[in-house]
Amino acid sequence: MKIYNANKIIPGLIIFLGLITFPMWYNMGKAAPPPEIKFDTPVIQQMAVKQCVLPKADMRTGHMQLLNEWRTQVVRNGYRTYVAADGKEYNMSLQNECIKCHSNKTQFCDQCHVYAGLQLGSVPYCWTCHIAPKEAK
Amino acid sequence: MLDRAFTGSQRYYRLLMGLLVFMGLGFAAYLFQLNKGLTITGMGRDVSWGIYIAQFTFLVGVAASAVMVVLPYYLHNIKVFGKITILGEFLAVASVTMCLLFIIVDLGKPMRLLNVLLYPTPNSILFWDMIVLNGYLFLNILIGWNVLDAERKGVPYPHWVKPLIYLSIPWAISIHTVTAFLYAGLPARHYWLTAIMAARFLSSAFCSGPALLILLAYTVKKYTKFDPGQEAIEKLSIIMTYAMIISVFFVGLEFFTAFYSQIPSHMHSLVYLFKGLEGHRFLVPFMWLFAALAVFALVMLLNPNTKRDEKKLKIACVAVFFSMWLEKGLGLIVAGFIPNPFDQVREYSPSIPEIMIALGVWATGFFVLTVLYKIATSVKEEVA
Amino acid sequence: MDTNRRSFLKLGGLCALGLGALPVVDALGKSDLPQVMNNPQALVGKRWAMVVDMKKCWEKGKPGCKDCILACHVTHNVPDIGSIKEEVKWLWTEPFENAFPGQESQFLPTEVMEKPFMVLCNHCAQAPCVRVCPTQATFKRADGITMMDFHRCIGCRYCMAGCPYGARSFNWKDPRNFIKTELNMTFPTRERGVVEKCNFCDERLGVGKIPACVEACKDGCLHFGDLQDPNSEVRKILASHFTIRRKPELGTDPSVYYII
Repeated sequence: MKIYNANKIIPGLIIFLGLITFPMWYNMGKAAPPPEIKFDTPVIQQMAVKQCVLPKADMRTGHMQLLNEWRTQVVRNGYRTYVAADGKEYNMSLQNECIKCHSNKTQFCDQCHVYAGLQLGSVPYCWTCHIAPKEAK
Repeated sequence: MLDRAFTGSQRYYRLLMGLLVFMGLGFAAYLFQLNKGLTITGMGRDVSWGIYIAQFTFLVGVAASAVMVVLPYYLHNIKVFGKITILGEFLAVASVTMCLLFIIVDLGKPMRLLNVLLYPTPNSILFWDMIVLNGYLFLNILIGWNVLDAERKGVPYPHWVKPLIYLSIPWAISIHTVTAFLYAGLPARHYWLTAIMAARFLSSAFCSGPALLILLAYTVKKYTKFDPGQEAIEKLSIIMTYAMIISVFFVGLEFFTAFYSQIPSHMHSLVYLFKGLEGHRFLVPFMWLFAALAVFALVMLLNPNTKRDEKKLKIACVAVFFSMWLEKGLGLIVAGFIPNPFDQVREYSPSIPEIMIALGVWATGFFVLTVLYKIATSVKEEVA
Repeated sequence: MDTNRRSFLKLGGLCALGLGALPVVDALGKSDLPQVMNNPQALVGKRWAMVVDMKKCWEKGKPGCKDCILACHVTHNVPDIGSIKEEVKWLWTEPFENAFPGQESQFLPTEVMEKPFMVLCNHCAQAPCVRVCPTQATFKRADGITMMDFHRCIGCRYCMAGCPYGARSFNWKDPRNFIKTELNMTFPTRERGVVEKCNFCDERLGVGKIPACVEACKDGCLHFGDLQDPNSEVRKILASHFTIRRKPELGTDPSVYYII
């Protein structure tokens, strides 16, 4: 079997492969440190039972769905109170409720989002409208 | 068939490169807009739609006008249009592409564009406009491509194309009717709140579209071996003449209703356009140019000899196209916002980046058009 | 059991129906605790409305008083863009001839012609902005508020073309840098590319507070209440005073009334 124009096709394929695997070459040997999420805000430290609105594992994987559901309930349906499984009530608000405990946005939100390659301030773009808590630098 | 787009003369490539330059400039300006926001345009809280939406409106008309070659050919069996239908259909494809791009560049949050599909809202005319425009785009790609491909192979086109062709005729009317409904149903805007808006849109479409098509047909005839046929051009120019007369007549109707009734809110926008309101007269020269060009075009076209004289017909077509562009692609949309809901005059003029983006979209449309026409004419040359 | 095709299909159909009903059963089964609910203190109404007593405002208010505007704009982090072209405003003043175009006449009392009128979103019962929005980013709530969903708005500005009251402002540029007042940390700002307007303080109603502008007016010129409740303050005022609305002839049925 003969490939027509092999002198163009094969180098072309090699260049193509090189280009699409560029991110791997570029980042080789530069392992980003795994994110260290900090839960040690003053409010959390004072809590007797350190429990968020959902179990930790669910929050880790599903906080974005929960936040989206909350915003729909508040903005579109007018419901503002969330009742957790333990009967505790929460005000469904990122800006007024979540950050009461998680007042350390840079140590909490940003740690994972940056690690996952979500550029600060672009995706997810929560904080371009919602006002981030003031943190001691 | 697509391969015919890649083999062309030097002139063909030079044209594409030229268009690419404008596309690149437009894209750079769009990146600037994406970065800074729509503040870089001339639009503001009072005139909140500008040339983007005006170009969109005008081009929906150009797209719809493909029906003026498709309808006579398929419904009335006027054979001379047989060669030119593909030019009409591909012009529609390029125009709808521009329409969609003009909508996208006008959005404040283009990344959320798909919300229109995620949350379908039948009470919004914009939702229906999205449906009819995309539908029309696909119809014309499907029809044009299959008919041309069959012609290349020397076989009749697939039988399922015929119903689509019949569907495309009312569909063409629908795209411009729905686009007129975008404006004609708003209680806030007196200038747009007119029952003949859709009729005006269609009539101006059926003169500006064929005008462009005639010019394109002559261009194709000059630079390729494919001749769309003098008879088709003459027939098209008759259609254009009637549509132009009706179009100007409709503008006259608006004047009568506004000025005989003497209702201030009905008169204000027209006064702003043709005389200036409260000392603001930015659009006045443009509108008088429209009037002059329209009269000139009508005088030319009413002379039956014009349509047989290539040079004169071309001049008349340019006059028709440009006058309708001024009326619809500039005055109509902007004047709807003037005066504003507080009865104040706040004027609008496009900014440089805004014009660059608009030119970039036009260049994109002509790029698509050039490639499609290249394919069509190559096939036509082969089978001839 | 003897199974023929007919009975198999019947059974299959029933099963399919059962599957369809599964989410309903699911929802019912879980409902020993309400997942979301209204704040018990929330003010509830069927159609919120406002009566602006301009007469009282002109008579009692200190000249140039802008308490209501300031309260509104501080509460909602409304930017001060500083140009007429790109201005963002929720509550502001207009002269009579601009607020009520077509109703002015030559010989009106000078007070009416010269004094400012408070204007804001009318929260129309038949809101054209809601009708035209292609994504339901602006929508009607059950309590009559014409609400903005800033997360969903695509920035097409069709609502601005549709609003007969000029009540809507687009964020032509990032508004954050133009918030001249102190940030209200409990309310978000907006991003460039979305439309905003008065929300009748839905975020305050939801926790039992009246709108910020009503609260801020020391002279009691702004009245807020439920138009559907015959005993509400606004209904009593409407029954005892002659009031006008902006452009009622357009059929939008505005919920903001004016006493002159």
